[in-house]
Amino acid sequence: MDFGINFASILLGGLAAGTVLFIISVGLSVTMGLMGFVNLAHGAFAMFGGYVIVLAMNRAQLGFGVALALGFLVTAALSVGLERLLYRRLYRAGELDQVLFTIGLIFIFIAGITLAVGPESQPISLPAALRGQLNLGFVQYRTYSVFLIVVGLLIVAGIWLAFERTRIGAQIRATVDNRRMAESLGINVDRLFTITFAFGSGIAALGGGLGAEFLGLDPQYALKYLVYFLIAVSVGGLGSVVGVYLASLLLGTLDFVLKLYLPQGGTIFIYALTILLLLWRPQGLLGRKEA
Amino acid sequence: MSEVSSAVAAPPLAGAAIDHPAARVLIGRHRWRWWEALPWIAALAFYFAFPDYLGFGTQLLVGILFALALDLALGYAGIITLGHAAFFGTGAYTVGLLAFHGIWSEPISGLLLAAAAAAVVGLASGLVLLRTKGLTLLMLTICTMALLQEGANMAHDFTGGFDGLPSLDIAPVLGMFEFNPLYANTQYLYTLAVLWLCFLFVRTLVYSPFGQSLTGIRENMLRMHAVGAPVRRRLVICYVISAAIAGIAGGLWAQTNAYVNLSALDLDRSATVLIILILGGYGRLYGAFIGAVAYMALEHFLARIYPTAWQLELGLLLVLVALFARNGILGLGEGLWRRYHIRSGS
Amino acid sequence: MTEIRLETRALSRQFGALLAVQDIDFRLAAGARHALIGPNGAGKTTFINLLAGLLSPSRGRVLLQGLDVTGKTQAERVKLGLARTFQINRLFRGLTVLENVCISVAERVGAAPSMIYPVGRRTDVIDEAMRLLEMLKLTAEAGRRVSELPYGRQRLVEIAIAIGLKPQVLLLDEPAAGVPSAESHIILDAIESLPEQLAVLIIEHDMDLVFRFARRVTVMVSGALFAEGTPREIEANAQVRAIYLGQAGRG
Repeated sequence: MDFGINFASILLGGLAAGTVLFIISVGLSVTMGLMGFVNLAHGAFAMFGGYVIVLAMNRAQLGFGVALALGFLVTAALSVGLERLLYRRLYRAGELDQVLFTIGLIFIFIAGITLAVGPESQPISLPAALRGQLNLGFVQYRTYSVFLIVVGLLIVAGIWLAFERTRIGAQIRATVDNRRMAESLGINVDRLFTITFAFGSGIAALGGGLGAEFLGLDPQYALKYLVYFLIAVSVGGLGSVVGVYLASLLLGTLDFVLKLYLPQGGTIFIYALTILLLLWRPQGLLGRKEA
Repeated sequence: MSEVSSAVAAPPLAGAAIDHPAARVLIGRHRWRWWEALPWIAALAFYFAFPDYLGFGTQLLVGILFALALDLALGYAGIITLGHAAFFGTGAYTVGLLAFHGIWSEPISGLLLAAAAAAVVGLASGLVLLRTKGLTLLMLTICTMALLQEGANMAHDFTGGFDGLPSLDIAPVLGMFEFNPLYANTQYLYTLAVLWLCFLFVRTLVYSPFGQSLTGIRENMLRMHAVGAPVRRRLVICYVISAAIAGIAGGLWAQTNAYVNLSALDLDRSATVLIILILGGYGRLYGAFIGAVAYMALEHFLARIYPTAWQLELGLLLVLVALFARNGILGLGEGLWRRYHIRSGS
Repeated sequence: MTEIRLETRALSRQFGALLAVQDIDFRLAAGARHALIGPNGAGKTTFINLLAGLLSPSRGRVLLQGLDVTGKTQAERVKLGLARTFQINRLFRGLTVLENVCISVAERVGAAPSMIYPVGRRTDVIDEAMRLLEMLKLTAEAGRRVSELPYGRQRLVEIAIAIGLKPQVLLLDEPAAGVPSAESHIILDAIESLPEQLAVLIIEHDMDLVFRFARRVTVMVSGALFAEGTPREIEANAQVRAIYLGQAGRG
C-alpha cells in the first residue's frame, strides 16, 4: 500500500514536470515540422513570456489568469514582429545560418532581460486557490501539480482537435505533409507560418509562466533547458503534437525519477536513451519518415 | 582496405597535355602564395612584441587549432555539429588524467595519445551518427557530448568532477624546454609549432582529391552518391581526422593551462568554436585564424568590462552575420575583391 | 546474341495508394539507343530512380550486367557501370565547371581517396576532364562557377559528369530540358560520339530528338509499359497518337 502511494506521487510529479516541458515544447515541434526551421531560440520565447507573466503578477499585482493571458498575447505579438522582420529571410537559408541566427537571438534575449530586470531568479507566488494539497482519493498531492497535468491534457486535446477539426488545422497538416502541394492548392503558406509561429510562441510563454514555480525563472533559462526542449521535440517527432506530448511526459518522468534516486549524474541515462532512440527511429516516435 | 593504400599512392607526374587557364588554376591551386606566410610572421612578431600577453596568445593559438579542426568537418564536409567539444574534452582529459595520476607527462607523446583517444571517440560516434542528418544529427552530436560530460562528472573521484584536475605536471618539451607557469614563452612557441604542423596537414588534405570530394559531398551529396563516391566512408574518415585534431587542441589546452575541468566538454565551448569559424568564414582554410583572432580579441577586451553588454553585442553580431554575411569576414573580403575586379575590368 | 546490360523483372513501386510503376519487364542491350516517352506523371523518372538505386522497388528486381543489384546502393551501381543524369540539375554549384567534371573522373579512376598529393598532380584526371568539356563545347566556361552559368549550359555539365564515369549503361533524364533548341544538337553529337557498345536509355519529350537518336522507343503510361517498337512503329500507332494528342509531336 505504501509503495502504491509512493509510486502514485512519483508518477504525478513526473507527469507534472513532463507537462511543463510539453507546454513549452509543443510550439517548437509544430513550427519545426511546418517550417523546417531550426529555432533554437524557442526557449527564449518561453523565458520572455514567463518573465511577462511573473512580473505582471509581482509588480503590477495582476491576477494569475490575467497575467497568463497577457504573457500569451505579448509574446505572440513579439514573435510575429520577429518572424516578419527576421525569421522570414532565413527560411530558404541553410541549417547552419538558422542555427547561428537563433543562437544570436538567444544571447540578445538573455542580455536584454539581464539588463532590464537583473540577473536574479524571479520569485513566483502561486494564487491561493492553487496552493496546498489536493485529495485525489488514493493519494494526496500538490494541487498545483494536478492543475498542471489537467491544463496539459486540455492543451493537447485542444490542439489535436484544432488540427483535426478546423480548416486551419487541416491546412497546417497538409503543409507539414507536402509543402509544394499545399501551395499549389492555394494555401497561403506565409500567413500560416506567421499564425503558427505566433501561437506556438504564445503557448511557450504560458509554459514559461506556468512552469516558473518548477523550473525557476532567471536569464539563463533559455540556455539551461535548451537541450531538454530539443530532446522532447526530436524524440517526439517534428510536427506531431501527440508525439511531443508522449516524449515530454517520458522525459519529464524519467528526469524526475532520476533526480530522486540518482541525483549525481542521472541525466546520463537520458542522453543515452535519446541517442539510442534517435538511432533506432531518426524521425522520432511519431514523426514522418523522410521518403 | 584499398582506401588506405590509395590514400598515399604516388600519382602520375606528367605535365598536363591540355593548356587552358582553368586547368592551370586547378594545377596550381595548392601552391603557396606569399601572403600565406603572413599569419606565421604575425604570430612570431606577437611573441617578441607582447611578452606579457603570451598566455592569452597561447590560448588564441589553441582556439585557432580547434576551429581548424571544426572547419574540416563543418566547412569542408558540411557536417553541422554542436558537439565538437566532445573531442576537445576527450583530448584534454586524456592528457589531464595521465598527468594528474602520474602515469604519463611527456607533452608531445601526450598529444599523440590525446589525438588517438579523440579519434576513437570520433570513429565510434561517427559510424553511428553520420547515418542521420539535419536536426537529428545535430541532436545526436549534442547528446554525445553531454553524455561524455555527465560521465566525466559522475566519475569525479577520477576526473575531479566539477572542480577538475588542477596543477598538472607536464614534463619539459623535448626534455629541454620547461613550461613556466608565470611566463608563457615555452607554451606559446610549443603551441605555435604544433599548430603549424597540424595546419600543414589540414592544408594538404584540403587540396587533395579527398578534400575535393568532401567539398563535393558538402555541395551536393546526392550527386556524389550518383558518381559512385562512398559518401559515408568519406564522411566518417573526415570526422575522425577532425576529431583527432580537436583532441590535439584539447590536449594543448590542458598542457598549457596545466589544468582541465568539465568546461572542456561544455555546449558553450562547442557553440563558441562554431561562432568563431562562421565569423571568420568556413570552408576557407584561413577562416579559423581570422575568426579566432576577431572573436577572442573582442571577448578579451569587452567581456571583462561589461559581460552583459558583450553578450548582447555578440548576439546582434551573430544575427547580422546570419542575415547578411553568412560567409564570414573572408566571405565579405572575397565579395569585395570580386567586385573590385569586375569594376576594374580585369 | 547481344548482351543484355540492364534488365528489370516485374519491377513495381508503390507510394501509399498510388502505383507509380507497375510490373515492368524491361531490357536494355549493349549498344542500345532507347527512348522512353510518355505523358507527364507516367512514372518515367520514378522508373529511372529505381534503375539507378535512388528508390527501392516495392516488388521486382533490377539486374545490371546480369548481376542482381536490387538491394545495391546508387554508388555501388555506379561502380558496376551505371551512370545517370537528373531531370533537374544536380551539380556542385559553388565549384567551377572543370572541378565538377574532375570530381566525376577522379572517382572513376580511383584518384579520389588520395589525401597526400594535391589535385594538381593528377594531370591525367584534369586532361580527361578538359577533353570531355571540349566534346560538349564547354571549354570557354571551364573556369567559371557552375552557379554563374545559364541553366542550359549547366545541363551540359550534368551530362559531362555522367559521361566522365565511362559507364556501360547511361540513363539520361530529359537531357535537353532547359537547353535552347539551337544548342540541343550539342547533346546529340555528344551521345553519337559515345562508344558503340554503350547502352543508352533516354527520357525525352522532344520528339525531334527522339527520332534522331532512338532506334527503339518505349511508351509508358500510368506506370505501365504501353507500347514498344521502332520510332516509325510508335509514330504510326493510333493509340499512342491518341494519348499524345495535345502534346508536342511530329507532324
